[in-house]
Amino acid sequence: MKTFAAHFSLSAPAANPEAWSELITRPRLCIQGLALLSVVCGLAGLVLGLLFAPASAQMGETYRIVLVHVPASWLSMLLYLIMAVCAADGLLRHNSLAAPMARAMAPTGALMAVLSLGTGALWGLPTWGTWWVWDARLTSMLILLFFYIAFIVLSHAIMDRQGAERVGFLLLLVGVINIPIVHFSVHWWNSLHQGASISLGKPALMSPLMLWGVLLMVLCFTFYAATMTLLRLRTNHALA
Amino acid sequence: MHWHSLTEFIAMGGRGAYVWSAFGIVALAFVLEPLILFWRRRNDTR
Repeated sequence: MKTFAAHFSLSAPAANPEAWSELITRPRLCIQGLALLSVVCGLAGLVLGLLFAPASAQMGETYRIVLVHVPASWLSMLLYLIMAVCAADGLLRHNSLAAPMARAMAPTGALMAVLSLGTGALWGLPTWGTWWVWDARLTSMLILLFFYIAFIVLSHAIMDRQGAERVGFLLLLVGVINIPIVHFSVHWWNSLHQGASISLGKPALMSPLMLWGVLLMVLCFTFYAATMTLLRLRTNHALA
Repeated sequence: MHWHSLTEFIAMGGRGAYVWSAFGIVALAFVLEPLILFWRRRNDTR
């Protein structure tokens, strides 16, 4: 059995029609499994974070928004990074799956950026007294959303398929500069936005119950995004 | 369990409107995105 990962490996040769047929026909079970995992992790995360975790000393109950805000923000950056890897693979090695993969991920990534900004605004309003500030973290996240929108519009607007793919790949690679800016903005500049609450190698700045809740919600969002990517890949292929 | 009653849970310390709106938009998005995809597929393949 050819592994799924083999089709996406960076060393994949140019065209691989076999990869296509397998991606379209095989993963029915795979999609259902991913969707189920997403639901299970989501329910477990919500129960832990909403019912059992204590409130935050500084932010009270509003802080439970972290359960959806952090996963949405994380996924918006992760999906963009994967799309940029696809772009590099498409440009340098002419992997024929690169463009369809990037196109299949873009709407979900854009949605995650919208959810990150939306849930952030609902958190900021009672906590900061304003739903929006032109602050480094918020502004760079808005720019990330614009990159998603630009990529989606571009890949639909240009009729010449190969031309559209190349321009789209270049746009993705330019925009990847913004990802570390989003991530490190709270360290590099004075920001109204709080610093990272969860960092590798440091104790998390939240109760262990809430930490587990957030981690489960991150898994839920990740499985959701994987489900949507595969579904959209199939749909786009069927309609092409 | 952190809560003593359902009312307390829904009120979220007086911030219920913000908290539930945040969870609401995410839930709405996660229902609408697959639905839109299914509708697109059904309409375009006919």
